[in-house]
Amino acid sequence: MKLEMKDTPGQLVNALKPISDAGGNIIAIVHQREPQTSKETIDVQVVVELAEKRLPDLLELFKRHGIHVQRIGKERLVHRRSLIMIGHIMHTDLSDTVDQIDRTGFAEVSELSMVMPEIQEPSTARITIKSRSESDMASALDILRRVAKRKDLLIVEPLEEMR
Amino acid sequence: MKIAILGFGSVGQGVASVIAQKSLGLTVTGIADSKSGVIDNAGISLAEALERKRTTGRCGSPGISAMDVIRMADYDALVEVTPTNAQTGEPALSHIRAALECGRHVVTSNKGPIALAFQDLQSRAARKGVQLRYEATVCGAVPIFHLLEHGLSGNRIIAIHGVLNGTCNYILSRMDAEGLTYDQALVEARELGYAEADPTYDVRGIDTAIKLVILANAIWRLNAHLSDVEVTGIDNLTPEALRLADEQGMTIRLIGEAIPEKGLLRVSPRIIEWDHPLVVHGTLNAVTIETDLAGPLTIVGKGAGSIETASAVIGDLLFIRDCYVKGA
Repeated sequence: MKLEMKDTPGQLVNALKPISDAGGNIIAIVHQREPQTSKETIDVQVVVELAEKRLPDLLELFKRHGIHVQRIGKERLVHRRSLIMIGHIMHTDLSDTVDQIDRTGFAEVSELSMVMPEIQEPSTARITIKSRSESDMASALDILRRVAKRKDLLIVEPLEEMR
Repeated sequence: MKIAILGFGSVGQGVASVIAQKSLGLTVTGIADSKSGVIDNAGISLAEALERKRTTGRCGSPGISAMDVIRMADYDALVEVTPTNAQTGEPALSHIRAALECGRHVVTSNKGPIALAFQDLQSRAARKGVQLRYEATVCGAVPIFHLLEHGLSGNRIIAIHGVLNGTCNYILSRMDAEGLTYDQALVEARELGYAEADPTYDVRGIDTAIKLVILANAIWRLNAHLSDVEVTGIDNLTPEALRLADEQGMTIRLIGEAIPEKGLLRVSPRIIEWDHPLVVHGTLNAVTIETDLAGPLTIVGKGAGSIETASAVIGDLLFIRDCYVKGA
Protein backbone atom coordinates (compact mmCIF):
# COMPACT_ATOMS: atom_id res chain seq x y z
CA MET A 1 0.00 0.00 0.00
CA LYS A 2 1.05 3.55 -0.60
CA LEU A 3 1.02 5.87 2.41
CA GLU A 4 1.30 9.63 2.59
CA MET A 5 2.62 11.32 5.73
CA LYS A 6 4.02 14.63 6.96
CA ASP A 7 7.69 15.16 6.25
CA THR A 8 8.73 15.52 9.87
CA PRO A 9 11.08 13.42 12.00
CA GLY A 10 9.56 10.32 13.55
CA GLN A 11 6.73 10.07 11.07
CA LEU A 12 7.95 6.85 9.46
CA VAL A 13 8.07 5.01 12.78
CA ASN A 14 4.67 6.47 13.51
CA ALA A 15 3.37 4.96 10.30
CA LEU A 16 4.85 1.53 10.78
CA LYS A 17 3.78 0.99 14.37
CA PRO A 18 0.09 0.48 13.51
CA ILE A 19 1.10 -2.35 11.19
CA SER A 20 2.66 -4.38 13.98
CA ASP A 21 -0.17 -3.36 16.32
CA ALA A 22 -2.63 -4.89 13.86
CA GLY A 23 -0.63 -8.13 13.78
CA GLY A 24 0.87 -7.45 10.36
CA ASN A 25 4.26 -8.42 9.05
CA ILE A 26 6.24 -5.82 7.07
CA ILE A 27 7.86 -7.41 4.04
CA ALA A 28 9.28 -4.35 2.27
CA ILE A 29 9.43 -0.58 2.59
CA VAL A 30 10.19 1.80 -0.25
CA HIS A 31 10.81 5.33 0.93
CA GLN A 32 12.14 7.65 -1.71
CA ARG A 33 12.65 11.38 -1.25
CA GLU A 34 12.20 13.49 -4.27
CA PRO A 35 14.48 16.51 -3.73
CA GLN A 36 12.72 18.72 -6.24
CA THR A 37 9.32 18.47 -4.75
CA SER A 38 7.86 21.32 -2.78
CA LYS A 39 5.35 19.01 -1.10
CA GLU A 40 5.24 19.02 2.68
CA THR A 41 4.38 15.37 2.72
CA ILE A 42 6.30 12.26 1.71
CA ASP A 43 5.09 9.06 0.13
CA VAL A 44 6.04 5.62 1.44
CA GLN A 45 5.21 2.29 -0.11
CA VAL A 46 4.96 -0.72 2.17
CA VAL A 47 4.28 -4.38 1.50
CA VAL A 48 2.48 -5.96 4.42
CA GLU A 49 1.40 -9.48 5.20
CA LEU A 50 -1.81 -9.34 7.18
CA ALA A 51 -4.82 -11.55 7.82
CA GLU A 52 -7.62 -10.21 5.67
CA LYS A 53 -10.01 -9.61 8.54
CA ARG A 54 -7.45 -7.32 10.23
CA LEU A 55 -7.29 -4.90 7.30
CA PRO A 56 -10.13 -2.63 8.53
CA ASP A 57 -8.39 -2.44 11.95
CA LEU A 58 -5.17 -1.34 10.30
CA LEU A 59 -6.88 1.32 8.21
CA GLU A 60 -8.57 2.66 11.34
CA LEU A 61 -5.23 2.80 13.16
CA PHE A 62 -3.62 4.70 10.28
CA LYS A 63 -6.45 7.19 10.31
CA ARG A 64 -5.97 7.82 14.03
CA HIS A 65 -2.24 8.37 13.51
CA GLY A 66 -2.86 10.91 10.76
CA ILE A 67 -1.50 8.66 8.05
CA HIS A 68 -3.25 8.91 4.72
CA VAL A 69 -3.55 5.69 2.74
CA GLN A 70 -3.34 6.68 -0.91
CA ARG A 71 -3.71 3.27 -2.44
CA ILE A 72 -4.10 -0.34 -1.39
CA GLY A 73 -2.40 -2.59 -3.88
CA LYS A 74 -3.13 -6.14 -4.82
CA GLU A 75 -3.79 -8.26 -1.81
CA ARG A 76 -1.54 -11.26 -1.51
CA LEU A 77 -2.93 -14.70 -0.89
CA VAL A 78 -1.84 -15.46 2.64
CA HIS A 79 -3.71 -18.58 3.65
CA ARG A 80 -2.11 -21.77 2.49
CA ARG A 81 -2.95 -25.40 2.89
CA SER A 82 -1.37 -28.57 1.54
CA LEU A 83 -3.39 -31.64 0.67
CA ILE A 84 -2.56 -34.97 -0.85
CA MET A 85 -4.40 -36.42 -3.84
CA ILE A 86 -4.24 -40.07 -4.81
CA GLY A 87 -5.62 -41.64 -7.99
CA HIS A 88 -5.40 -41.26 -11.72
CA ILE A 89 -4.54 -37.62 -11.45
CA MET A 90 -3.09 -37.08 -14.94
CA HIS A 91 -5.67 -39.13 -16.81
CA THR A 92 -8.51 -37.25 -15.17
CA ASP A 93 -7.20 -33.96 -16.60
CA LEU A 94 -4.91 -32.42 -14.02
CA SER A 95 -4.98 -29.00 -15.66
CA ASP A 96 -8.75 -28.97 -15.33
CA THR A 97 -8.47 -29.90 -11.63
CA VAL A 98 -6.05 -27.03 -11.04
CA ASP A 99 -8.08 -24.64 -13.16
CA GLN A 100 -11.21 -25.31 -11.08
CA ILE A 101 -9.39 -23.67 -8.16
CA ASP A 102 -7.46 -21.01 -10.09
CA ARG A 103 -10.47 -19.61 -11.90
CA THR A 104 -12.27 -18.81 -8.64
CA GLY A 105 -10.20 -15.65 -8.40
CA PHE A 106 -9.97 -16.00 -4.61
CA ALA A 107 -7.73 -19.06 -4.42
CA GLU A 108 -5.00 -20.63 -6.49
CA VAL A 109 -2.86 -23.72 -6.68
CA SER A 110 0.61 -22.48 -5.82
CA GLU A 111 2.55 -25.72 -5.73
CA LEU A 112 2.18 -29.26 -6.99
CA SER A 113 4.52 -32.21 -6.37
CA MET A 114 3.56 -35.38 -8.14
CA VAL A 115 4.90 -38.93 -8.04
CA MET A 116 3.91 -41.43 -10.71
CA PRO A 117 5.27 -44.85 -9.76
CA GLU A 118 4.10 -46.97 -12.71
CA ILE A 119 1.79 -46.64 -15.67
CA GLN A 120 -1.74 -47.70 -14.68
CA GLU A 121 -0.85 -47.40 -10.99
CA PRO A 122 -2.43 -44.52 -9.06
CA SER A 123 -0.24 -41.48 -8.75
CA THR A 124 0.10 -39.26 -5.70
CA ALA A 125 0.37 -35.49 -5.57
CA ARG A 126 0.79 -32.89 -2.89
CA ILE A 127 -1.11 -29.78 -3.84
CA THR A 128 -0.76 -26.46 -2.04
CA ILE A 129 -3.60 -23.99 -2.26
CA LYS A 130 -3.35 -20.33 -1.34
CA SER A 131 -6.34 -18.15 -0.64
CA ARG A 132 -7.20 -14.70 0.63
CA SER A 133 -9.09 -15.81 3.71
CA GLU A 134 -10.16 -18.83 5.75
CA SER A 135 -13.62 -18.76 4.23
CA ASP A 136 -12.18 -18.60 0.71
CA MET A 137 -10.02 -21.59 1.63
CA ALA A 138 -13.10 -23.47 2.80
CA SER A 139 -14.83 -22.72 -0.52
CA ALA A 140 -11.75 -23.78 -2.50
CA LEU A 141 -11.57 -27.04 -0.55
CA ASP A 142 -15.24 -27.67 -1.23
CA ILE A 143 -14.61 -27.27 -4.94
CA LEU A 144 -11.63 -29.62 -4.77
CA ARG A 145 -13.63 -32.22 -2.84
CA ARG A 146 -16.38 -32.11 -5.46
CA VAL A 147 -13.91 -32.42 -8.33
CA ALA A 148 -12.11 -35.28 -6.55
CA LYS A 149 -15.35 -37.14 -6.01
CA ARG A 150 -16.28 -36.80 -9.66
CA LYS A 151 -12.83 -37.95 -10.79
CA ASP A 152 -12.60 -40.69 -8.17
CA LEU A 153 -9.54 -39.19 -6.51
CA LEU A 154 -8.81 -39.69 -2.81
CA ILE A 155 -8.11 -36.46 -0.95
CA VAL A 156 -6.14 -36.54 2.29
CA GLU A 157 -6.78 -33.29 4.13
CA PRO A 158 -4.77 -31.82 6.96
CA LEU A 159 -6.12 -31.98 10.48
CA GLU A 160 -6.74 -28.27 10.94
CA GLU A 161 -9.56 -27.98 13.42
CA MET A 162 -7.33 -28.46 16.41
CA ARG A 163 -4.89 -25.65 15.86
CA MET B 1 -19.71 -58.54 44.55
CA LYS B 2 -20.94 -61.43 42.43
CA ILE B 3 -20.61 -61.37 38.66
CA ALA B 4 -21.49 -63.55 35.68
CA ILE B 5 -19.41 -63.65 32.50
CA LEU B 6 -20.91 -64.22 29.04
CA GLY B 7 -18.34 -64.94 26.37
CA PHE B 8 -15.21 -66.84 27.25
CA GLY B 9 -12.87 -65.87 24.45
CA SER B 10 -9.87 -63.58 24.71
CA VAL B 11 -11.57 -60.88 26.82
CA GLY B 12 -13.65 -63.25 28.99
CA GLN B 13 -10.61 -65.34 29.82
CA GLY B 14 -8.61 -62.16 30.47
CA VAL B 15 -11.24 -60.97 32.97
CA ALA B 16 -11.34 -64.40 34.64
CA SER B 17 -7.57 -64.66 34.96
CA VAL B 18 -7.25 -61.16 36.44
CA ILE B 19 -9.99 -61.96 38.99
CA ALA B 20 -8.25 -65.26 39.79
CA GLN B 21 -4.88 -63.55 40.30
CA LYS B 22 -5.91 -60.44 42.23
CA SER B 23 -7.93 -60.14 45.41
CA LEU B 24 -10.50 -57.74 44.04
CA GLY B 25 -13.46 -59.02 46.04
CA LEU B 26 -15.20 -60.31 42.91
CA THR B 27 -16.87 -63.74 42.89
CA VAL B 28 -17.88 -65.34 39.57
CA THR B 29 -21.12 -67.31 39.86
CA GLY B 30 -21.88 -67.94 36.20
CA ILE B 31 -19.93 -68.30 32.94
CA ALA B 32 -21.19 -69.12 29.45
CA ASP B 33 -19.58 -69.39 26.03
CA SER B 34 -21.32 -70.15 22.74
CA LYS B 35 -21.40 -73.90 23.45
CA SER B 36 -21.69 -74.34 27.20
CA GLY B 37 -22.23 -72.82 30.61
CA VAL B 38 -21.57 -73.22 34.32
CA ILE B 39 -23.42 -71.87 37.36
CA ASP B 40 -22.24 -72.07 40.96
CA ASN B 41 -23.65 -69.48 43.31
CA ALA B 42 -20.94 -70.26 45.88
CA GLY B 43 -18.28 -69.21 43.35
CA ILE B 44 -16.82 -70.97 40.32
CA SER B 45 -13.19 -72.08 40.44
CA LEU B 46 -11.75 -69.85 37.73
CA ALA B 47 -8.55 -71.87 37.42
CA GLU B 48 -10.64 -74.93 36.63
CA ALA B 49 -12.88 -73.08 34.18
CA LEU B 50 -9.86 -71.66 32.33
CA GLU B 51 -8.24 -75.10 32.21
CA ARG B 52 -11.48 -76.69 30.97
CA LYS B 53 -11.73 -74.09 28.21
CA ARG B 54 -8.11 -74.69 27.21
CA THR B 55 -8.43 -78.46 27.00
CA THR B 56 -12.02 -78.97 25.79
CA GLY B 57 -12.87 -75.63 24.17
CA ARG B 58 -15.83 -75.32 26.58
CA CYS B 59 -16.12 -73.45 29.84
CA GLY B 60 -18.87 -75.71 31.28
CA SER B 61 -21.65 -78.14 30.42
CA PRO B 62 -23.37 -78.12 27.02
CA GLY B 63 -26.79 -78.12 28.71
CA ILE B 64 -26.39 -74.61 30.18
CA SER B 65 -26.89 -71.59 27.90
CA ALA B 66 -26.05 -67.92 28.25
CA MET B 67 -29.74 -67.15 28.90
CA ASP B 68 -29.77 -69.79 31.67
CA VAL B 69 -26.84 -68.01 33.32
CA ILE B 70 -28.59 -64.62 32.97
CA ARG B 71 -31.84 -65.88 34.52
CA MET B 72 -30.67 -68.48 37.03
CA ALA B 73 -27.30 -67.43 38.43
CA ASP B 74 -27.05 -65.21 41.50
CA TYR B 75 -25.04 -62.11 40.47
CA ASP B 76 -24.98 -58.33 40.84
CA ALA B 77 -23.36 -57.46 37.52
CA LEU B 78 -23.23 -59.17 34.14
CA VAL B 79 -20.02 -59.03 32.09
CA GLU B 80 -21.05 -59.24 28.42
CA VAL B 81 -17.94 -59.98 26.34
CA THR B 82 -19.22 -62.16 23.48
CA PRO B 83 -17.96 -61.45 19.93
CA THR B 84 -19.19 -58.22 18.33
CA ASN B 85 -21.76 -58.23 15.58
CA ALA B 86 -21.86 -54.72 14.15
CA GLN B 87 -25.00 -55.33 12.06
CA THR B 88 -27.40 -56.84 14.60
CA GLY B 89 -25.59 -56.52 17.92
CA GLU B 90 -26.66 -60.10 18.67
CA PRO B 91 -26.50 -62.18 20.73
CA ALA B 92 -25.09 -59.52 23.06
CA LEU B 93 -28.06 -57.18 22.63
CA SER B 94 -30.52 -59.83 23.89
CA HIS B 95 -28.16 -60.78 26.73
CA ILE B 96 -27.88 -57.19 27.91
CA ARG B 97 -31.62 -56.52 27.66
CA ALA B 98 -32.38 -59.70 29.61
CA ALA B 99 -29.91 -58.88 32.38
CA LEU B 100 -31.21 -55.30 32.68
CA GLU B 101 -34.74 -56.68 32.79
CA CYS B 102 -33.63 -58.84 35.75
CA GLY B 103 -32.42 -55.65 37.44
CA ARG B 104 -28.71 -56.41 37.12
CA HIS B 105 -25.87 -54.03 36.30
CA VAL B 106 -24.15 -54.68 32.96
CA VAL B 107 -20.53 -54.16 31.93
CA THR B 108 -19.64 -54.81 28.30
CA SER B 109 -16.76 -54.63 25.83
CA ASN B 110 -19.18 -55.32 23.01
CA LYS B 111 -19.38 -52.45 20.50
CA GLY B 112 -22.36 -53.80 18.55
CA PRO B 113 -25.17 -53.27 21.07
CA ILE B 114 -23.74 -49.97 22.38
CA ALA B 115 -23.40 -48.49 18.89
CA LEU B 116 -26.80 -49.79 17.74
CA ALA B 117 -29.06 -49.35 20.74
CA PHE B 118 -27.41 -47.01 23.22
CA GLN B 119 -30.48 -44.94 23.98
CA ASP B 120 -32.76 -47.94 24.37
CA LEU B 121 -30.31 -49.75 26.66
CA GLN B 122 -29.64 -46.67 28.77
CA SER B 123 -33.32 -46.01 29.32
CA ARG B 124 -33.92 -49.66 30.24
CA ALA B 125 -31.06 -49.45 32.76
CA ALA B 126 -32.42 -46.18 34.18
CA ARG B 127 -35.91 -47.67 34.55
CA LYS B 128 -34.49 -50.54 36.57
CA GLY B 129 -32.12 -48.31 38.53
CA VAL B 130 -29.02 -50.17 37.38
CA GLN B 131 -25.79 -49.21 35.61
CA LEU B 132 -24.77 -49.97 32.05
CA ARG B 133 -21.04 -49.42 31.57
CA TYR B 134 -19.03 -49.87 28.38
CA GLU B 135 -15.53 -48.51 29.01
CA ALA B 136 -13.89 -51.37 27.06
CA THR B 137 -15.81 -50.62 23.83
CA VAL B 138 -13.57 -47.69 22.86
CA CYS B 139 -9.76 -47.62 23.08
CA GLY B 140 -9.40 -50.83 25.11
CA ALA B 141 -7.40 -50.08 28.23
CA VAL B 142 -7.75 -46.29 27.96
CA PRO B 143 -10.33 -45.13 30.55
CA ILE B 144 -11.87 -42.53 28.28
CA PHE B 145 -15.44 -42.68 29.61
CA HIS B 146 -14.34 -42.45 33.23
CA LEU B 147 -12.26 -39.42 32.27
CA LEU B 148 -15.15 -37.80 30.42
CA GLU B 149 -17.78 -38.53 33.07
CA HIS B 150 -15.80 -37.87 36.20
CA GLY B 151 -12.46 -36.18 35.66
CA LEU B 152 -13.92 -33.71 33.18
CA SER B 153 -17.40 -33.32 34.62
CA GLY B 154 -18.41 -29.67 34.47
CA ASN B 155 -16.59 -29.22 31.18
CA ARG B 156 -18.37 -28.82 27.89
CA ILE B 157 -16.87 -31.24 25.41
CA ILE B 158 -16.34 -29.31 22.18
CA ALA B 159 -14.73 -31.93 19.97
CA ILE B 160 -13.18 -35.37 19.90
CA HIS B 161 -10.36 -36.44 17.62
CA GLY B 162 -8.97 -39.92 17.90
CA VAL B 163 -6.77 -42.67 16.59
CA LEU B 164 -9.22 -45.42 17.51
CA ASN B 165 -8.05 -48.43 15.52
CA GLY B 166 -4.75 -50.13 16.32
CA THR B 167 -4.64 -52.13 13.08
CA CYS B 168 -4.80 -49.01 10.90
CA ASN B 169 -2.32 -47.20 13.08
CA TYR B 170 0.10 -50.10 12.87
CA ILE B 171 -0.15 -50.20 9.05
CA LEU B 172 0.35 -46.43 8.72
CA SER B 173 3.25 -46.45 11.20
CA ARG B 174 4.99 -49.13 9.14
CA MET B 175 4.32 -47.45 5.80
CA ASP B 176 5.79 -44.34 7.32
CA ALA B 177 8.85 -45.75 9.06
CA GLU B 178 9.86 -48.31 6.43
CA GLY B 179 8.33 -46.97 3.23
CA LEU B 180 6.26 -50.17 2.92
CA THR B 181 3.30 -50.34 0.56
CA TYR B 182 -0.15 -50.72 2.08
CA ASP B 183 -0.25 -54.40 1.05
CA GLN B 184 3.16 -55.14 2.57
CA ALA B 185 2.26 -53.47 5.85
CA LEU B 186 -1.05 -55.35 5.94
CA VAL B 187 0.68 -58.72 5.45
CA GLU B 188 3.04 -57.85 8.29
CA ALA B 189 0.15 -56.82 10.54
CA ARG B 190 -1.57 -60.14 9.80
CA GLU B 191 1.53 -62.16 10.61
CA LEU B 192 1.80 -60.41 13.96
CA GLY B 193 -1.87 -61.01 14.72
CA TYR B 194 -2.73 -57.28 14.58
CA ALA B 195 -5.00 -57.67 11.56
CA GLU B 196 -7.71 -60.23 10.96
CA ALA B 197 -7.89 -62.52 7.93
CA ASP B 198 -10.57 -60.20 6.55
CA PRO B 199 -9.32 -56.75 7.52
CA THR B 200 -12.10 -54.84 5.73
CA TYR B 201 -13.82 -53.79 8.92
CA ASP B 202 -10.63 -52.16 10.25
CA VAL B 203 -8.93 -50.73 7.15
CA ARG B 204 -12.08 -49.26 5.61
CA GLY B 205 -12.59 -47.24 8.77
CA ILE B 206 -15.80 -49.00 9.89
CA ASP B 207 -14.44 -50.01 13.30
CA THR B 208 -13.28 -46.43 13.91
CA ALA B 209 -16.70 -45.14 12.83
CA ILE B 210 -18.50 -47.46 15.27
CA LYS B 211 -16.32 -46.21 18.13
CA LEU B 212 -16.97 -42.63 17.06
CA VAL B 213 -20.72 -43.29 17.18
CA ILE B 214 -20.37 -44.73 20.70
CA LEU B 215 -18.38 -41.67 21.84
CA ALA B 216 -20.77 -39.19 20.21
CA ASN B 217 -23.84 -40.85 21.70
CA ALA B 218 -22.31 -41.14 25.15
CA ILE B 219 -20.97 -37.58 25.26
CA TRP B 220 -23.60 -35.57 23.43
CA ARG B 221 -26.55 -38.00 23.35
CA LEU B 222 -26.65 -37.46 19.57
CA ASN B 223 -28.51 -40.70 18.86
CA ALA B 224 -26.17 -41.12 15.91
CA HIS B 225 -25.92 -44.22 13.72
CA LEU B 226 -23.11 -45.71 11.74
CA SER B 227 -24.73 -44.39 8.55
CA ASP B 228 -24.36 -40.81 9.86
CA VAL B 229 -20.56 -41.07 9.75
CA GLU B 230 -18.68 -40.04 6.62
CA VAL B 231 -16.08 -42.80 6.28
CA THR B 232 -12.90 -43.07 4.20
CA GLY B 233 -10.46 -45.90 4.92
CA ILE B 234 -6.72 -46.27 4.50
CA ASP B 235 -6.73 -49.04 1.88
CA ASN B 236 -6.04 -46.69 -1.04
CA LEU B 237 -3.12 -44.84 0.52
CA THR B 238 0.19 -44.99 -1.33
CA PRO B 239 3.69 -44.94 0.20
CA GLU B 240 4.27 -41.78 -1.88
CA ALA B 241 1.49 -40.04 0.06
CA LEU B 242 3.36 -40.62 3.31
CA ARG B 243 6.61 -39.50 1.69
CA LEU B 244 5.10 -36.27 0.36
CA ALA B 245 3.65 -35.57 3.81
CA ASP B 246 6.98 -36.35 5.45
CA GLU B 247 8.72 -33.74 3.27
CA GLN B 248 6.69 -31.13 5.12
CA GLY B 249 7.22 -32.55 8.61
CA MET B 250 3.88 -34.33 8.52
CA THR B 251 2.57 -37.87 8.50
CA ILE B 252 -0.81 -39.51 7.85
CA ARG B 253 -3.08 -41.11 10.45
CA LEU B 254 -6.65 -42.41 10.34
CA ILE B 255 -8.57 -39.92 12.46
CA GLY B 256 -12.07 -40.23 13.85
CA GLU B 257 -13.52 -36.77 14.32
CA ALA B 258 -16.68 -35.58 16.05
CA ILE B 259 -17.58 -31.89 16.24
CA PRO B 260 -21.32 -31.57 16.96
CA GLU B 261 -21.32 -27.78 16.49
CA LYS B 262 -20.39 -28.35 12.85
CA GLY B 263 -22.55 -31.45 12.53
CA LEU B 264 -19.37 -33.36 11.77
CA LEU B 265 -18.90 -37.09 12.24
CA ARG B 266 -16.05 -38.18 10.04
CA VAL B 267 -13.44 -40.91 9.73
CA SER B 268 -10.68 -40.15 7.24
CA PRO B 269 -6.94 -40.39 6.72
CA ARG B 270 -5.51 -36.98 7.58
CA ILE B 271 -2.23 -35.16 7.18
CA ILE B 272 -0.96 -34.35 10.66
CA GLU B 273 2.24 -32.84 12.10
CA TRP B 274 4.84 -35.30 13.32
CA ASP B 275 4.90 -33.75 16.77
CA HIS B 276 1.12 -33.73 17.21
CA PRO B 277 0.07 -35.67 20.34
CA LEU B 278 -2.26 -37.87 18.27
CA VAL B 279 0.68 -39.24 16.28
CA VAL B 280 1.26 -42.49 18.16
CA HIS B 281 3.08 -45.56 16.91
CA GLY B 282 2.33 -49.23 16.47
CA THR B 283 -1.05 -50.44 17.67
CA LEU B 284 -1.52 -47.66 20.22
CA ASN B 285 -4.72 -45.65 20.42
CA ALA B 286 -4.97 -41.94 21.26
CA VAL B 287 -7.84 -39.52 21.81
CA THR B 288 -7.78 -35.75 22.08
CA ILE B 289 -10.73 -34.29 23.94
CA GLU B 290 -11.30 -30.59 23.44
CA THR B 291 -13.06 -28.98 26.37
CA ASP B 292 -14.11 -25.47 27.35
CA LEU B 293 -12.47 -25.40 30.78
CA ALA B 294 -9.57 -27.84 30.65
CA GLY B 295 -8.57 -27.07 27.06
CA PRO B 296 -7.33 -29.98 24.99
CA LEU B 297 -6.38 -33.26 26.66
CA THR B 298 -4.81 -36.24 24.95
CA ILE B 299 -4.86 -39.72 26.39
CA VAL B 300 -2.80 -42.55 24.88
CA GLY B 301 -2.79 -46.28 25.55
CA LYS B 302 -3.29 -49.82 24.36
CA GLY B 303 -6.45 -50.26 22.32
CA ALA B 304 -6.66 -54.03 22.37
CA GLY B 305 -5.39 -57.17 24.05
CA SER B 306 -6.91 -59.66 26.44
CA ILE B 307 -5.57 -58.26 29.74
CA GLU B 308 -5.69 -54.63 28.57
CA THR B 309 -9.37 -54.92 27.70
CA ALA B 310 -9.97 -56.80 30.96
CA SER B 311 -8.51 -53.76 32.73
CA ALA B 312 -11.34 -51.61 31.42
CA VAL B 313 -13.98 -54.22 32.30
CA ILE B 314 -12.60 -54.63 35.83
CA GLY B 315 -12.50 -50.83 36.23
CA ASP B 316 -16.20 -50.64 35.38
CA LEU B 317 -17.04 -53.52 37.74
CA LEU B 318 -15.23 -52.00 40.69
CA PHE B 319 -16.80 -48.61 39.99
CA ILE B 320 -20.25 -50.21 40.11
CA ARG B 321 -19.38 -52.10 43.27
CA ASP B 322 -18.07 -49.01 45.05
CA CYS B 323 -20.90 -46.71 44.00
CA TYR B 324 -23.98 -48.87 43.56
CA VAL B 325 -23.78 -52.30 45.21
CA LYS B 326 -24.49 -52.17 48.92
CA GLY B 327 -22.68 -54.60 51.17
CA ALA B 328 -20.74 -56.08 48.25
